[in-house]
Amino acid sequence: MIDSTPLLEVRDVATWFETDRGLVHAVDGVSFTLERGRTVGIVGESGSGKTVLSRSIMGLLPKTGVQRYGSIRFEDVEIGSASPKQMRKYWGAHMGMVFQDPMTSLNPVMKIGHQITESIHTHLDVSRTFARELAVSLLESVRVPDAERRMDEYPHQLSGGLRQRVCIAMALACGPQLLLADEPTTALDVTVQAQVLDVLAAQQRERFMALVLVTHDLGVVAGRADEVIVMYAGQVVEKASTATLFSNMKMPYTEALLHSIPKIDQPSHTRLSAIPGRPPDLVHLPAGCRFAARCAYVQDRCLEEQPPLLPGPTPGHEFRCWFPVGTPEGEAALARNRTLAARTDPT
Amino acid sequence: MPELPERPSTALDSLTRDAADRATPADAGTVDVAAVTSGPEARRRRRGLGVAGWFSVAWMTLVVGLAVLAPVLPLEDPKSSITEIARRGPLAKAGAAPGHLLGGDGNGRDMLSRLIWGGRTTLVICTVAVLIGFVVGGLLGLLAGYYRGRTDTIMSGLFDVFLSIPAVILALALVTILRTPADAAGRSTAGLDPEVALIIALGIVSIPVLGRITRASALSWSERDFVLAARAQGAKNRRIILREVLPNVLPAMLSIALLGIAVAIVAEGTLSILGASVQADTPTWGNMIASGRQVISIAPHIVFEPALMIFFTVLSLNFLGDAIRARFDVREGGL
Repeated sequence: MIDSTPLLEVRDVATWFETDRGLVHAVDGVSFTLERGRTVGIVGESGSGKTVLSRSIMGLLPKTGVQRYGSIRFEDVEIGSASPKQMRKYWGAHMGMVFQDPMTSLNPVMKIGHQITESIHTHLDVSRTFARELAVSLLESVRVPDAERRMDEYPHQLSGGLRQRVCIAMALACGPQLLLADEPTTALDVTVQAQVLDVLAAQQRERFMALVLVTHDLGVVAGRADEVIVMYAGQVVEKASTATLFSNMKMPYTEALLHSIPKIDQPSHTRLSAIPGRPPDLVHLPAGCRFAARCAYVQDRCLEEQPPLLPGPTPGHEFRCWFPVGTPEGEAALARNRTLAARTDPT
Repeated sequence: MPELPERPSTALDSLTRDAADRATPADAGTVDVAAVTSGPEARRRRRGLGVAGWFSVAWMTLVVGLAVLAPVLPLEDPKSSITEIARRGPLAKAGAAPGHLLGGDGNGRDMLSRLIWGGRTTLVICTVAVLIGFVVGGLLGLLAGYYRGRTDTIMSGLFDVFLSIPAVILALALVTILRTPADAAGRSTAGLDPEVALIIALGIVSIPVLGRITRASALSWSERDFVLAARAQGAKNRRIILREVLPNVLPAMLSIALLGIAVAIVAEGTLSILGASVQADTPTWGNMIASGRQVISIAPHIVFEPALMIFFTVLSLNFLGDAIRARFDVREGGL
């Protein structure tokens, strides 16, 4: 079927939580579109709103104390304001979700096989034997060895990587068109991270499924996402195709994130360049750029005026910065800050 | 602590040094092996029942077995009196009652037979009562813990109100009302059978206890990712409650229910002394104690024999309840 509308269209989505301290602006005006079969990576540090964004798309938010704005269109149907009851027919059947920690996202007292067939029975009217066969083939497709035997095991008998594969199999059970993976490899050993990501990518290709890959690790999205969205304090600060983002990043935050990944070719005992400070309080947000307090390029203007998300030189590249990396203004700002720092701190 | 060899200090060095300091402040460098292994070993030991646990299993098997088999056992009629053995028995002033191992009560009824038949009545009343609390309290607790919000406020409020009334007074009031409800004119009328009234009264008293425990447990399990994952797969609330939350809450409920039966046995005894249990000639352990109170100085066995039955039964139920909890805690912690 040729369809011109994108599978998922997120426009100006904001999710605010009412707390005793005030409104927490967890997600604050995020827009993006996702075509069938494509992958978008959402990158940001803890508290940047990426998990809340993915749950907002799913509609899996607490019932009370939440304010939701903006529009989420799935297959050209508005689901941004749908009730859980209306969303239930999408959950599992059209959109699936893989959670961060496979230790807690499987029921400890239910056999693996049952957990997968439960979800099959929810949406498909099939016999028990068929559901079981389907579950075994799902486990095989996510490369769980000895799938037939694993069906009758409990989660605690499986390793972390295997459990995450089971979670993926569960999410895929009813063939969703959209899969949201919320930090699917964060809780796993480095050695199995790549395997699990490969399984996800293979399934995505096979099923022509759209994938939202949420992660704090730029390395995870580097080879796997078509487009990358960098989030900071609830906002999109940079959005570009993966190639553009890594070759021509404009936002100082993206640059800082990239520099905070240790590199194998650095001499040993090189100090890791961490981003100083912490993300801003999402209740009392600064007037200017939200990254200003931690930015190496910061100027007076950044503290007073919030930069809008503007398109850059490459099509599809947008960023939110007054003094972008690699531009004459940006370089000048960085140089100015360096001389200033050298003057105040003579050592 | 001894100086480390000269070497450029790195973050890793200071980290390992910190860890060593924390492990054994006196003797840096060596890690206390016993401290590391005692954890899992202790857990493994707890997994077995132990002496107390096996005693509890044996005792409960014996008591329940005798109660079930009471009609087919060659026992004296628990309600018929044999004048010669009245107030005779072990420790009694009048001496032992030959042919009647545990003696006779104040009216000369065979103690052994009454203990077994009494145990049957007591166990049935207390188990059914706690079963009511288990089902009703468990259901309310599950709903409160899963849905939270207003459901939880109302349920928890109800539990708190009921828990704030002393259990024995509440049970006493309920038994009285159920047995002799007042009609429109305020006259007492014949109500429910004493046994049924007692079961309902103890059941109502146990609802908030089981409800509270279930709610607390359901609350924490409902927060788990697998509940969210089940929701994300389109599962309905009823299925999530029954298939995802309930099986995880069940061990806590079972453990409290066993303790609940123990408490109900004691409560039945208390109500007997207050005259609010079943009819005096129907043996229950509580009734037997109540009937022996006046003659405790000359025939102490009439009080002590049922008291010992209650003591060991309550102790066993407590041990078993703890064993269940420990066993499931272990698996939870080992994950």
